[in-house]
Amino acid sequence: MQQHSENFLDNASEALGNKSQAEFRDLMALFTPLVRDAAVQGFEGFDQLRSHVKRIRQHSLDNLDHYLDTYEQHALENGNQVHFARTGDEMNSIVLDICQQHQATRIAKGKSMVTEETGLNDFLQRADLEVKETDLGEYIIQQAGETPSHIVGPALHKTAGEVRELFLDKHELGERDLSEPADLVSEARSVLRRHFLEAQVGIIGANALIAENGYSMLVTNEGNGDLCANLPPVLIICTSVERILPRAEDATAMLRLLVRSATGQPQTCYTSFYSGPRREGDLDGPVETHIVLLDNRRTDILASDYREMLQCIRCGACLNHCPIYTSVGGHAYGWVYQGPMGSILTPLLTSLEQSAALPNACTSCGRCEEVCPSLIPLPELLRDLRHQEMEQKLTPSRWRFGLKMHAWLARHPRLYQFFTGLGIPLLHLVGRRRGSFRRLPMASGWTSQRDFPSPQGKTFMQQYKAGRKAQ
Amino acid sequence: MDKQLDNPAGVQGPSVYLFVTCLADLLRPSVAFDSIRLLEDAGCQVTVPLQQTCCGQPAYNSGDFESTVPLAKQVIAVLEPADYVVVPSGSCAGMICQHYPGLLEGEWRERALELSTRTFEITTFLNDVLKARRGKRPPITLPPVTYHDSCAGLRELGIKQQPRELLREFCDSEVAELQQTDVCCGFGGTFCAKMPEISGKMVNDKLNNALATEAQILAGGDLGCLLNIAGRARRMGRDIEVRHIVELLSGDLDGPAIGEGK
Repeated sequence: MQQHSENFLDNASEALGNKSQAEFRDLMALFTPLVRDAAVQGFEGFDQLRSHVKRIRQHSLDNLDHYLDTYEQHALENGNQVHFARTGDEMNSIVLDICQQHQATRIAKGKSMVTEETGLNDFLQRADLEVKETDLGEYIIQQAGETPSHIVGPALHKTAGEVRELFLDKHELGERDLSEPADLVSEARSVLRRHFLEAQVGIIGANALIAENGYSMLVTNEGNGDLCANLPPVLIICTSVERILPRAEDATAMLRLLVRSATGQPQTCYTSFYSGPRREGDLDGPVETHIVLLDNRRTDILASDYREMLQCIRCGACLNHCPIYTSVGGHAYGWVYQGPMGSILTPLLTSLEQSAALPNACTSCGRCEEVCPSLIPLPELLRDLRHQEMEQKLTPSRWRFGLKMHAWLARHPRLYQFFTGLGIPLLHLVGRRRGSFRRLPMASGWTSQRDFPSPQGKTFMQQYKAGRKAQ
Repeated sequence: MDKQLDNPAGVQGPSVYLFVTCLADLLRPSVAFDSIRLLEDAGCQVTVPLQQTCCGQPAYNSGDFESTVPLAKQVIAVLEPADYVVVPSGSCAGMICQHYPGLLEGEWRERALELSTRTFEITTFLNDVLKARRGKRPPITLPPVTYHDSCAGLRELGIKQQPRELLREFCDSEVAELQQTDVCCGFGGTFCAKMPEISGKMVNDKLNNALATEAQILAGGDLGCLLNIAGRARRMGRDIEVRHIVELLSGDLDGPAIGEGK
């Protein structure tokens, strides 16, 4: 996917200017935490399960090579073909090769953030393949020519009215009303049903890979994943290496956290385990199945200080609870992943230089860490990325210089108190009548949005020292 | 740890060092004076070390760890001699308790950890450690109050009930709760200057939620947040007094609220 994270501030500004979208996001910001809270509170032992699953995830990552080998062995035994892709381009080429081997022209695709990451759709379409997204949200944004605004709900930014206009424009189905959201769903369903039946290849993602039996697990609420997996003769599962878990019970333990954290449901409508191609005597299922495992810098992350980020299970809770995400929406982040997890993953999977703004889109409020089902210290990782920016001089020089000056002065209390003792009373004299400043030199960031409260008088240190002398 | 706590009104209370915080030092000294008064009323012997400046959050949160380390060491060395260190700010107390140990190594890490066991944000110290009471004095009369839970205090130090219990005890006042009280006000240290437009949206939401409670005073425990909210209230021409919690608890309500003129 084309990245434009370097425009984060402009994107954010534009998003804030769109009043109706901003109001909708405010509503979601109120609603989604309530739903998640209710689901978590109604589930005894959520916190113990979080720690349990975190340990499993860490163990899986610590032994990634072992579990990938075990997984591959079992997946092969089940009749799958397993491919490893170091880069996004490699994954795209592997998938295209498979499609071309089968002379496929139509692809039915389930939701997969990994393929958004590699830009698979564009790649296949350039080779004249017709790729249709079948998750309703993904289908909507594909029709609109947009990108996901949320890793779980890719079309969360679209209102029913906008979807109606879109469908009336894109589906040549004559005059119809489509006034109810249910009408929109049925129309998408009937359009997509034909596509499921005609596709020669189905592509889906995976929420977990199970080493002990070579299965992959997928959760959906629409059942489109199963149709992609079972109707076309060829199935390709595109996912990334860190999805691996040792046992089936680990995948279901993770599932209990994932769904509650993502949508507040106890369980998704469909939870599927894919073992491999149709066996003798099976009534249906694909004839040939491929699993493509993407690295794309994940093993670099494994070897870095950001290792904990690989524990992420893509639930989207950190997005829903991030006041910056809910203020500006997902498109502002300019790539596949948004919110706190996106502000960490984007620099790590692409380049820090291009996405330097993202780790700064954080007030360290800690709400994301509080709800993270994988207990990832997101604010700390974001701060570490800011540290890296500081080291690589990606932080603007006036900030670097200013912060260093301030810290240096703070290390020299007498000098610090001398300078503040001069400046603060002066500021007080100018500002005391009104009590605050509408403008202040070198503080335009602050004063563009709010007044700067005037100092109360002399500094505390001046007053305190004077008081002690007088005694 | 427990010495003299049985006798909170006694003359030989615990020795407390006040870490004033740079924002209180520069912009609102009354916060430090009120803190001293509250601590002394509760029987503490308060010392204000003169070698203190700032805890280093601006550099630390911006990723300049190299500049923060010597500052953290300086703060530790200045504060170590106290029985207790009390800080009228959740984020500065959180910096000392939670972040210094992670930032430092070896002997300094040990010293940071040791200091963190004796360092408290002021409402926690008054309420949980001293169990401070108003005693025979009549409660302070307040107009309706709402409370802003600062993120660092709330999530790093678990400060939630302490200010509410103190307001009940000292002022006979129940907090009119904000909608979305656990959501950040948009201050975020240098964030508010680096991303002013987003920060402006966030503080505006916070202000609107505060106004919706119809409280006359918005109190909080962190001057960063309070300057942000008060500044926005002034900019929007909205009448709500923004004050630090210690001002309410010590009845220091005569002077102008934050951002207000004389």
